[in-house]
Amino acid sequence: MRVNLTVNGERRRADDVWEGESLLYVLRERLGLPGSKNACEQGECGSCTVYLDDVPACACLVAAGQAEGREVRTVEGLADGDALDPVQQSFVDAGAVQCGFCTPGLVVAAHDLLRREPDPSDEEIREALAGNLCRCTGYEKILDAVHSAAGAR
Amino acid sequence: MIPFEYRRADDVSAAVDTVARNPTASFLGGGTNLVDHLKLGVATPEHLVDVSRLPLDDIEPGPDGGLRIGATARNSDTAADPDVRSRYPVLAEALLSGASGQLRNLATVGGNLLQRTRCAYFQDVTTPCNKREPGTGCSALEGYQRYHAILGASRHCVATHPSDMAVAMVALDATVHVQGPNGSRSLPAEELHRLPGDEPERDTVLEHGELITAVELPPLPFAANSAYRKVRDRASYAFALVSVAAALDVDDAGTVRDVRIAFGGLAHKPWRAHRAEAALRGGPATDDRAARAAEAELENAEPLAGNAFKIPMARGALTATLRRLSPLPTTR
Ligand SMILES: Cc1cc2nc3c(=O)[nH]c(=O)nc-3n(C[C@H](O)[C@H](O)[C@H](O)COP(=O)(O)OP(=O)(O)OC[C@H]3O[C@@H](n4cnc5c(N)ncnc54)[C@H](O)[C@@H]3O)c2cc1C
Ligand code: SF4
Ligand code: FES
Ligand code: FES
Repeated sequence: MRVNLTVNGERRRADDVWEGESLLYVLRERLGLPGSKNACEQGECGSCTVYLDDVPACACLVAAGQAEGREVRTVEGLADGDALDPVQQSFVDAGAVQCGFCTPGLVVAAHDLLRREPDPSDEEIREALAGNLCRCTGYEKILDAVHSAAGAR
Repeated sequence: MIPFEYRRADDVSAAVDTVARNPTASFLGGGTNLVDHLKLGVATPEHLVDVSRLPLDDIEPGPDGGLRIGATARNSDTAADPDVRSRYPVLAEALLSGASGQLRNLATVGGNLLQRTRCAYFQDVTTPCNKREPGTGCSALEGYQRYHAILGASRHCVATHPSDMAVAMVALDATVHVQGPNGSRSLPAEELHRLPGDEPERDTVLEHGELITAVELPPLPFAANSAYRKVRDRASYAFALVSVAAALDVDDAGTVRDVRIAFGGLAHKPWRAHRAEAALRGGPATDDRAARAAEAELENAEPLAGNAFKIPMARGALTATLRRLSPLPTTR
């Protein structure tokens, strides 16, 4: 099957996609965008979070065919050239990255939160990021990073 | 995963026809349950008919002044709808207590209603499970039972229905609209899901090929005073051990004029608590009466070795929910 979609502002096409592939697989293995991570592949960890038609979604549970004609923005699409998005920069500055596997999903989820709520409380951050699990459990630094990104915007 | 064919439906009748004609076909909503099951081998459809982009996502006033929620409305959009939030807050709270933001953005109303149990053995194709493979036995009877049923179960299956949204809809007396190969019909949300009996493979009364098109909430003015309480193993992003959806109507003297109560996490279906409602009507909504109402409802509970805690937990959850809905301090 062929899947046409817009990824990070560019029209892309993936050929010979098998129906059983997920959007995450298409992004990583067919379109060369390995930023979104494949961890649980069951919707439980949020590592695969991308914007799908402008709202965050777990790409691992979107069947490839469901992405046809839609707009995707991945973590690779957040930076402006070499200039990191404030959320990305804050994660680096706050040391909110250990192994880094959860980071791309958290960055997208935090980016979305700050679009909706420019100055979130701890509680709002915890709830908004509840779907993103960090196996290295560096949650305090992640909270710091989101607060400092809120300040930087 | 077995190979399957994927097709996006352009209209309701064609979607219904395609699935109804083919026993190995399935509707696909947001995919958050079914795509998972394809990967796990729990579901093995040969044809998927994607209904998530059918134009059934409107949330609009119903003909009788209620609210009609289209079957493909996303869980996040339903929870954010101004009418849902102001007129039926229990529904918004139930939706927001479920899953995570990035899942609610995908999940649809129809798919949420028809999501399958989270019983660990059901999801593990290497273990016996009557629901997944009729006749193989129920692994939960001698296994992990923390999330399992205490009401209405059978020796064939003790699973619970995991949806939070459905519990709120059952409390609100919602109607489910369905279109099938022989036309359309409507049924009370309370009658959509069934008890396991000796056919645990059937979660609901729907026939193969019947598509949920909408859920309609009746005008229920006191539903503006409603709430959802979910007790779980962590503060967010976990399924309910026990949950309560309630709407309360009290007069100035603090007497319960009317009340709606449904429990989640207790049974194979959202459990409408008619006995508890009857026990509460006509008197004050005190903690004591709430606890006795819960006890009336749970009189016939048959807890398993691993989940007897659900009885006091359900009692506590109902008491706390009604306390939140009561105009203090008149009823204390
Ligand atoms: C990690 C995780 C945590 C979760 N936590 C919670 C929670 O706390 N509370 C909770 O309530 N839920 C929770 N969920 C479940 C989630 O709410 C459901 O997966 C979701 O609501 C299903 O909707 P969907 O549209 O994605 O359904 P799909 O996966 O697309 O479909 C589910 C089923 O419904 C059928 N179907 C879909 N639409 C229709 C229709 N219109 N008519 C007839 N049949 C249809 C499909 O054939 C399939 O059998 C969680 C899920 C995950 C992955
Ligand atoms: S409780 Fe039901 S779903 Fe779970 S193993 Fe037993 S039969 Fe299967
Ligand atoms: S990889 Fe998608 S949620 Fe874990
Ligand atoms: S930094 Fe390792 S999983 Fe979060």
